[in-house]
Amino acid sequence: MAIAERKIPAPHPNPETKAFWDGAAQGRLLLKKCLACSQVHYYPRAICPFCGSDRTEWQQASGRGSIYSWSVMRRAEVPYAIAYVTLDEGVTMMTNIVDCDLDGIRIGQRVRVVFKPTEGGPPVPTFTPA
Amino acid sequence: MTIKGKAYIGGIYEHPTRKADDKSLAQLHAESARGALEDAGLTRDDVDGYFCAGDAPGLGPLSMADYMGLKLRHMDSTETGGSSYVIHVAHAAEAIAVGKCRIALITLAGRPRAEGMATGTAPRNYGTAAPDVQFEYPFGPTVVNMYAMAAQRHMHEFGTTSEQLAWIKVAASHHAQHNSHALLREVVTVQDVVGSPMIADPLHRLDCCVITDGGGALVVVAPEVAKSLKRPRVRLLGAGESPKHQMGGKVDLTYTGAARSGPMAFEEAGVKPGDIKYVSIYDSFTITVLICLEDLGFCPRGGGGRFVSDGNLISGTGRLPFNTDGGGLCNNHPANRGGMTKVVEAVRQLRGEAHPKVQVKNCNLALAHGTGGSLGTRHGSATVILERE
Repeated sequence: MAIAERKIPAPHPNPETKAFWDGAAQGRLLLKKCLACSQVHYYPRAICPFCGSDRTEWQQASGRGSIYSWSVMRRAEVPYAIAYVTLDEGVTMMTNIVDCDLDGIRIGQRVRVVFKPTEGGPPVPTFTPA
Repeated sequence: MTIKGKAYIGGIYEHPTRKADDKSLAQLHAESARGALEDAGLTRDDVDGYFCAGDAPGLGPLSMADYMGLKLRHMDSTETGGSSYVIHVAHAAEAIAVGKCRIALITLAGRPRAEGMATGTAPRNYGTAAPDVQFEYPFGPTVVNMYAMAAQRHMHEFGTTSEQLAWIKVAASHHAQHNSHALLREVVTVQDVVGSPMIADPLHRLDCCVITDGGGALVVVAPEVAKSLKRPRVRLLGAGESPKHQMGGKVDLTYTGAARSGPMAFEEAGVKPGDIKYVSIYDSFTITVLICLEDLGFCPRGGGGRFVSDGNLISGTGRLPFNTDGGGLCNNHPANRGGMTKVVEAVRQLRGEAHPKVQVKNCNLALAHGTGGSLGTRHGSATVILERE
């Protein structure tokens, strides 16, 4: 049975974030880590939001985490699940939960990254039950 | 330095319209301004300070000063979404305290109904230059599902239930039945709320505020001006403002910026939550009220569900009467921004001018609180504490 999929609008990369989206196109989820304070942050920035250092570098995430919170948007052409997922690296990111029964989604559920195509842009990191 | 006692709210106005097909945005601002100035007993020529936010057309204070013919020596267009107008009260007091103006006008207006805006259910895109948009907009963040994620997490951590959230709407509806201008005047039950269609789990249709056109305005004045006006005197005792955001990925949806703005306001005012007789709390959704009550110290963290249950927010029977005009949940939510009407109803209560059926007895101390932006991502919280002199 074909399940209708929501069309995902394209993200618009900028010079600061191009590497993230280039990584996404290769199926890699990248995070920014600060070399000054050793903390990982999200969404990625050139300047560390914790200590203000500009010594930040990209690192590849495991792509695994657990659901921090979620909501299924029922008033939409194609209902979809938005969520915050806390990655094993410690940061929490906004995403969609996909390829599963939307009524079975639970906080704390283990998930893994799966990149989904967008309308004319790089793919975005969504998550599916691990 | 403090703003305690340095400024008074001399005039208030809530535009009676709830659908303004026949009026322009600038006109709604100007009609609201005129209403608040008439309420104060002042005229346009008395105004020397003007405050507006992102709902104002064009270049904000420049466009509106031009339209209304204002002669100003102080302007402020602080934009923190629906909490802007609560912040404007505090900023007006600051400006008055240091002599930058004596009579400050604050206006708000909007026409989301006339414009057919899908306020809560269409994903919001704040423009590709906003640093967060490329990492959020593709996933379909709407106003409702962002607040819904805060509700979902609160339920998970503290056992809060849909029935408890529903009590907030029930209380608002009990108040709205007495407000002839309210968009929704029908009294609803907990069963009505939890039985209404699910919009974004766990928020039902009746957990969401109304969409209305309209406007409102406030006139904040120096003490010597307040003494010359023929209106009950409402004095600003304290204020606090704070942004809250995702904290670089350390997301915590179980509290709001009220956890910082509230204590700041209470400290400046020199009063405690237990002293407050009436609260206006921006009720974009039922969950917004519940978490803010915890953050402001009216109940313990995680205890909001029990606190709001069994009609505890209903004037006359509950321990803490709230939003006695019916709030955003039932009465009015002009421009999708609730901060203005929160201050207006708090002033009505302090003056003794609320509807007799909902007027709080001996209401001498009130709190008004706004949340602008989104609980799920980033928002501005603003608290003011007001006293009848």
